Amino acid sequence: MDKYWHSVVLDNDYCNGCTNCLSRCPTQAIRVIDGKAKIMKERCIDCGECLKICHFHAKGTLSDNLEKIQNYKYKVALPNISMYGQFSAEYDIEDVFQAIYKLGFDLVYDVAYAADILTKYQNELLREPAIEKPVISTYCPAITRLIQIRYPSLIENITRLESPMEIAARQVKKKIMQEQNLEFDEIGVFLIAQCPAKITSIMQPLGLEKSYIDGGIALESIYARLIKAIDKDSRNHDLVQKSSGNGVGWGMVGGQSFGLDTEKYLAVDGIEEVIRVLDKMELGKLPEIDFFEGYACVTGCSGGVLNVENPFMAKARIRMKSSTLGSYDPNEIDSNLTREDLEWDVEMEPRTILKLDKDFKVSLEKMAKLEEIAQKLPGIDCGACGAPTCRALAEDIVMNRAKYSDCLLLGKYNRRRQKKTQGENNED
Amino acid sequence: MILARDNNDVAMMKDFEVTTDDFSSAGIASSKIKKILRQIGLESSVIRRIAIATYEAEINVAIHSVGGKIEVYIKSDKVEIFVEDNGPGIADVNLAMQKGYSTATKEIRELGFGAGMGLPNMEKCSDEFHIESEVDQYTAIKMIFTL
Repeated sequence: MDKYWHSVVLDNDYCNGCTNCLSRCPTQAIRVIDGKAKIMKERCIDCGECLKICHFHAKGTLSDNLEKIQNYKYKVALPNISMYGQFSAEYDIEDVFQAIYKLGFDLVYDVAYAADILTKYQNELLREPAIEKPVISTYCPAITRLIQIRYPSLIENITRLESPMEIAARQVKKKIMQEQNLEFDEIGVFLIAQCPAKITSIMQPLGLEKSYIDGGIALESIYARLIKAIDKDSRNHDLVQKSSGNGVGWGMVGGQSFGLDTEKYLAVDGIEEVIRVLDKMELGKLPEIDFFEGYACVTGCSGGVLNVENPFMAKARIRMKSSTLGSYDPNEIDSNLTREDLEWDVEMEPRTILKLDKDFKVSLEKMAKLEEIAQKLPGIDCGACGAPTCRALAEDIVMNRAKYSDCLLLGKYNRRRQKKTQGENNED
Repeated sequence: MILARDNNDVAMMKDFEVTTDDFSSAGIASSKIKKILRQIGLESSVIRRIAIATYEAEINVAIHSVGGKIEVYIKSDKVEIFVEDNGPGIADVNLAMQKGYSTATKEIRELGFGAGMGLPNMEKCSDEFHIESEVDQYTAIKMIFTL
């Protein structure tokens, strides 16, 4: 598979070449070329910001069809935790889980329960004296990838424990292989996904060779079918919901920290705010913080772009649901996994794609050239050239991805500026 | 005289003005420096040390001085950073270098600055650290980071 496979994709037919997504992208991964937006694959972190801003619905996500589950003998659904906020209060979440069975699954496993398992080990981890603090959560894969690109020196702070969906998949596959006497490949595990970053994490995981999850189905693609399948009067399958209120809380920002034995945590939602906090963290300016959870989406996973409900409404529902459930008790966790099972298989490497050149000397020369060009550009970051900022255009020119003439304002703007100064001089 | 520059082998030079008492923009210079170094492709641990040192310097100039500037010289084997302000200078440099010593006002401490760790942090992060100061005149710092 492509080294930089992404769930976030662009539909050329809908893109009208406007500049809305350009400035919104936190890794400056988008350029408008020949009137169409293009995503630089090596820079994209699948945060979905461009999806949210696009008025023309030109951005989409690659996800799996429900039909794909038929390739497997035994079919497992992993409803992501933010699903607790996606249905109105008249539906009990158990009825929603029962409806998932009716779409053709043999087993529904609640990811919120896997979050409870993880909470136990996260607390253990935070008690270790040698651990590098603040420990950074990997729950939002877009933030993990942001760190990989923009904050490589913080990679050592990232927790080496897998995310709840991955833990759920490991738990389920292990259990079903034993109970049903099935081969690993006969069991298909599918995430009912809230965002493209999770789907990319399944196809291109960080920290492990291969995900235990076999596909990601966008919640929005099956939402209508689920609503129709909900029947409050029949619960024909084993009851699914057994997570604590803490586990359910992971569906919103602050939820995962709530279950920790420490108050020294920081929970931040919205990628711009996360960037500000990570800047501080890299400078060592957050000494009082032991644990950090950051989300690309406002409200946390409730704001996932593949969800259906308004993010704030969804968050409120999760809070209400969480408060009615029992609190988390580490002694009651039922898991067939050891801590080693929950840890990464492979180390995460920094993604040094912002580098101008592999060779340091050449890189320095290009940087000097970039500075020189940036001085000549108007500096108003209008985006008309197709790059998000004038500095990004300067970089593109140095990297032979763009030309001076792409700047539509270059001549005009400078002439206007000159006229203005001349005028001022005349007045003197 | 303020610390001398060695203009041999300079691949790139950038300078940044730092204005006094401007907390909202304090940190801008260091974050621009960080971005440039990342694009050049320095090792991330070196970038981090330089970012911390220049951030501390920037905050110091904003809090304690009447204004000044930061100059960054990138060479093939090292990065040199000069921080200079236009006063009021430090009476006892040795005392100022001690951890926890600060002349910052209560108001500034309440903002979370002025913990007396700025200069010691700069010294700790850099491979070479020089400081000189003259009361009512200036404070000048030179930091070298070997690559």
